[in-house]
Amino acid sequence: MASDVETQVPAQTDTRLVSGKKIPFKWVAVFIILGLFIPYFVQGYVAFQGTLIMIYAVAILGLNLLTGFNGQFSLGHSAFYAIGAYTAAVLVYHLDWPVYATIPVGGLVCFVAGFLFGLPALRLEGLYLALATFALGVAVPQILKSSHLEELTGGVQGLDVFRPAVPEFLVNNLAMNMDRWWYFIAFFVMLFMFWLAWNLINSRSGRAMMAIRDNPIAAKSMGINTSLYKSLTFGLSAFYTGIAGAMAAIVIEFVAPDSFTFQLSILLFIGLVIGGTGSIWGSIFGGFFILFVPNFAEEISTGLSYAVFGVILILVIYVMPSGFAGLVNILSVRFKKLFGAKTS
Amino acid sequence: MDLFLQQILTGLANGSIYACLALAVVMIYQAIDHFNFAQGEMAMFSTYICWAMIHAGVPYWLAFFLTIGISFLGGVAIERIIFKPLHNAPVLSHIIVFIGLLAIFNSLAGAIWDHNIKTFPSPFPEGSFEGLIGMHEVGMFFVTLLLLLGIFAFFRFTRIGMAMQAAAANPASAELVGIRIGWMLALGWGLAAAIGAVAGMMIAPIVFLDPNMMLGILLYGFAAAIVGGISSPGGAVAGGFLVGVIENLAGTYLPAIGSELKLTVALVLIVAVLLFKPNGLFGKTIVTRV
Repeated sequence: MASDVETQVPAQTDTRLVSGKKIPFKWVAVFIILGLFIPYFVQGYVAFQGTLIMIYAVAILGLNLLTGFNGQFSLGHSAFYAIGAYTAAVLVYHLDWPVYATIPVGGLVCFVAGFLFGLPALRLEGLYLALATFALGVAVPQILKSSHLEELTGGVQGLDVFRPAVPEFLVNNLAMNMDRWWYFIAFFVMLFMFWLAWNLINSRSGRAMMAIRDNPIAAKSMGINTSLYKSLTFGLSAFYTGIAGAMAAIVIEFVAPDSFTFQLSILLFIGLVIGGTGSIWGSIFGGFFILFVPNFAEEISTGLSYAVFGVILILVIYVMPSGFAGLVNILSVRFKKLFGAKTS
Repeated sequence: MDLFLQQILTGLANGSIYACLALAVVMIYQAIDHFNFAQGEMAMFSTYICWAMIHAGVPYWLAFFLTIGISFLGGVAIERIIFKPLHNAPVLSHIIVFIGLLAIFNSLAGAIWDHNIKTFPSPFPEGSFEGLIGMHEVGMFFVTLLLLLGIFAFFRFTRIGMAMQAAAANPASAELVGIRIGWMLALGWGLAAAIGAVAGMMIAPIVFLDPNMMLGILLYGFAAAIVGGISSPGGAVAGGFLVGVIENLAGTYLPAIGSELKLTVALVLIVAVLLFKPNGLFGKTIVTRV
């Protein structure tokens, strides 16, 4: 039926949510293949940097689940990173645990810590969580240095974490060495964590999380237990960050209180914003950014790296609020339009 | 008993600084409903400006008042330039800008004046009052008390102060009676920056000057604002004094805490208040209509 009125409603962006988004297999396959071959073409130190990027990416993804998908803010994720790292270090150093087993344990300890810490703050508005986590992030280095915990944490000196040798058969068959081995472990842990996050976001629970972000009151009246979901999301976010922290402790082979200051929280937060709030793969770009840009900024002017970060952060808010991932999305849509217009 | 009295007095003196920061935080909170996480770094930067002036030979009190003026203008400029375009932006954007400002000020101070710890002069005579408390602490207490009284009078008795309160309480109606909301916000930012500058200059002789000096103090400022009630400026001031006293008494009488876990006291205070009395001691329960 013809009509004078333009009835074409713009396609709803979130209809795919209901059926569940499909994983873009093409891109994931390219990414995995690239990721598998990179360590064979670069030097050991670059592989090590790659490992750190992936570790940061997991931590930023944790923060992203909280902020991007649940609308809560945390300025204290350095604390959970520290708890994960110290859990791994203490288990290896004092109890001689195998290092591989400490990674999930670090995550679980953080989950419990995050869940319990989130309970009081999350009954209230989001800003109280930002405040409470700010306090946590500022206080944790001092707690780690405390003389009461010195026997456990090694005080200001920190703890050494020793990695076992690479399995023999891999050394012979795949030209494996320490840097490559841990690169691959981090790579597969990251893939697993991203797959997990993807499935979560595209599930009933994920939709509940996003409903709380978009309209907490409506979500509540739809029967979602908002405070439970918020606390669980906070715990899950801490879990991701704890896994990252534990891996970082093992890869760097050392933990000390001054690695986990409030600046680390800021760094993760910057990675989140630049990578793209609410974008899963944007977290990887965030990891890239926070590892490489400080070095780059130091070359321009020593000591100014955080000023550069700050300026970039504020600019991002004005120019591309959805971060790098949002920019890529916009560009790809424009590109498709341009391409489609020519063919038709 | 002397020790007890001494700790109470020192607590009140430190508390006056926390009260100042808490008041600055509450003022910005009332304007934009969020905590200014950059408040401490702004105060630190102001203190550095004052230090640089004194270092260049400007007499103390002149530098003191010049710094207050510069900080006021700086605060106004931040609101006008950075926050005005974001007026309707989501909360996350505000937090991001706060964190950006925090990083910028922290890094700039380190780059301009290096990271070495500096001593900051005190305008008050040396020695102590009755052997209980240093003269600087006494002076600090009275300067901040004077400032707080001045702020109170400003809000209570001047036209512009009333207009600012109106703008914070009910922007739409305030605008209808001819109050320029945007400039009231900017004024609030300027005042908050100026109050922070006073707090920074007063505490700097005690904690010494370095780019990270305000992080812990800001945490106590937040604790004060939460304890007193974030919706009540008077409560925030009372919370500041209370938190100062609690901090000192806990540090002295609880051997497990001492001086090395003082930040944890603030953390515990914040979490405890959120658990048991989320609106603070003097805050009103805010009911929002759905």
